[in-house]
Amino acid sequence: MSDMLVLVERNLLKYVRLPQLLIFSTIQPVMFLLLFTYVFGGAIKGGSSSYINFLLPGILVQTAVFGAIQTGVGLAEDLSKGLIDRFRSLPMARSAVLAGRTVADMLRNIFVVVLMFGVGYLIGFRLVGSISDAISAFAILLLFGFAFSWISATIGLAVKNVETAQVAGFVWVFPLVFASSIFVPVETMPTWLQHFAQNSPVTITVNAVRALTLNSASAVDTARLALESFAWIALILAIFMPLAVLLYRRS
Amino acid sequence: MGVASITTKRIKKHFGRVQALAGVDLTIEKGTVLGLLGPNGAGKTTLIRILTTLMQPDEGGAQIEGYDVVEKADAVREIIGLAGQYAAVDENLTGRENLIMVGRLYHLSRAEAAARATELLIQFDLEAAADRVLKTYSGGMRRRLDLAASLVNRPPVLFLDEPTTGLDPQSRLALWKIIRELVDDGTTVLLTTQYLEEADALAHRIVVIDHGQVIASGTPAELKSTLVDILELHLMDIGQINKATAALRAAGADGLQTDLAEQRITISLTAPGMLQKVIRSLDVAGIELADLTVRHPTLDEVFLKLTGHTAQS
Repeated sequence: MSDMLVLVERNLLKYVRLPQLLIFSTIQPVMFLLLFTYVFGGAIKGGSSSYINFLLPGILVQTAVFGAIQTGVGLAEDLSKGLIDRFRSLPMARSAVLAGRTVADMLRNIFVVVLMFGVGYLIGFRLVGSISDAISAFAILLLFGFAFSWISATIGLAVKNVETAQVAGFVWVFPLVFASSIFVPVETMPTWLQHFAQNSPVTITVNAVRALTLNSASAVDTARLALESFAWIALILAIFMPLAVLLYRRS
Repeated sequence: MGVASITTKRIKKHFGRVQALAGVDLTIEKGTVLGLLGPNGAGKTTLIRILTTLMQPDEGGAQIEGYDVVEKADAVREIIGLAGQYAAVDENLTGRENLIMVGRLYHLSRAEAAARATELLIQFDLEAAADRVLKTYSGGMRRRLDLAASLVNRPPVLFLDEPTTGLDPQSRLALWKIIRELVDDGTTVLLTTQYLEEADALAHRIVVIDHGQVIASGTPAELKSTLVDILELHLMDIGQINKATAALRAAGADGLQTDLAEQRITISLTAPGMLQKVIRSLDVAGIELADLTVRHPTLDEVFLKLTGHTAQS
C-alpha cells in the first residue's frame, strides 16, 4: 500500500512538472464539448441548449475512456526507459507499479471531470437529479475510467512502445466511443450497429450517468442501469487486472 | 579462494529458438569485481537479469549471499543494487526526488530517505544539480544518478550492466573512481562490458562469454598474456628505414613489418624486456623517432583470438 502511494505521488508529480500535459489533456475534452454542442447541437437535437443536457453525461464518459489511454502510454514509457526494471529489482509489492499508475490516472480524472462539469454548467447544462444521484454518477465515471485504465495497462505492457501504445489505444477506444449513445441516440444507427452499441459498456454507462444526472428514467430503470454499469466495471477489472499483472511480471 | 558472494550453476535460458545462456557456471568472491566481457548478444544482459530476479532461468540456478534467486527473490532484492545500460531514472523528477522515491520503495521513512539522498548526492558530486529536473542532466550525470539510485540500500552486491557505454572519457573515469571506492568498502561487483579496457581497469577476474557460454576466464593479466602488445614506431627521417629495420632485426625483434605509406614500423612485443631492447638498439644506431606507441590488443583482437570472430559480428 505504501509502495503504491509513493508511486501515485511520483506519477502525479509529472503533471506538476509538465503543466502543459495537464492543460492539453484538459483542453481536449473541453474542446470536444464545445464543438459538439455548438456544431452538431442544432442538427442533432433541435438546438444547442437542449443538446448540452444530452451531451455532457456522454462527454464525461468519453473523457474517462480517452484518459485511460494515458495509462498504457505511461507504462510503455516506463518500460522503455528501464524504470520498470528498477522497480522490479526492488523489494516492493509486485502490484504497486500498476496500482500506482491506475490510481494516479483516476485522481487526474477527478480533476478533469469536475472541470468539465463546470464548463458544462457555464454553457447551459443543468443537473436535474438529486445530489446523491450525482455523486453516484461521479463514482461510476471514475470507476469506469479506472477499469479502462487496466485494459490500457494491459495493452501498454503488451506493446512495450510509447507510440504503438498511443495508436493501439485509439484503435479500440474510438469505435467504443462513437458507436455508443455518447453523441446521438442509438436508435438512429443502422440495425446491425444498434446491436453492438446497445450492449456496449460505454452506452450502458452513459445511460446510467444520464439517468442519474438528468432524472430521465424511472427509479427502477436508473438502478438497473447503474448495476449493469457496475457489473461491466467488475467484469473488466476481473479480466484485465490479472492479465496486466501477469504481463508486468514477465516484462 | 575467499568466500563466494555469487555462484551460478549451469544456468540455461532460451528465447524461442535462441539459446541465450547455454549452461553458465560462475563464482564471484566477496568484495571482488568480476568483469563479464562479451559481444552484443553474448548473453551478458540475460545473465544479469536472472541474477537480479527480473527473469527466471529455464535450468540451473544461482545464489547470492546464500539466497536462491528464484526461491528467495525478495531476500535477494534486499541485498542487491542494479544499474542498467540506460539510466533508469525518472525524467520528470529532480535528482533528489528520484533518490527519495527509491529510498521510500526500500521502506525507509520520508526523513531517512531524504537523509540518504543527500548523502548520495554529495558522494556522487550531484549536490549542485540535486533540485533540477533530470531533463537538464548530462549523460554522465544521469549515469551517476542511476548508480546512486542502485546504492540507496547500501547493497553488498552490485550489478552493473555496461555502466559506461556511450559516456565520454571524463565521465567514464569519474564512474570508474566511484566503482573502485565501492569495492574498497567491500562491495561485490558483477560488471558487464564490451570494453576490454574497462574490465582491465576494474575487474579482479574476467570471464569472457560468447553464444551463452564461458569461453575464457582468468585475471586481466592472464587473459592479456595470451595476446602480445604491439609497438608502433614512426621515424623522423623515412630515409633511415633500412638502417632501422637492420638494427631491429639485430636486436631480435619479432613480427617486424614496415609500412612505407604510413612511414611506420610495427613490432610484436613477444618477450619481456623487448621494448627497452629495441629502443636501445635504435638509439645506438643513431635513429631518431618522431613517435612511438605501444598498443594493447583491442577487444576485437581478443575475440578474434578466442572465438575466431570479431566482437561486432
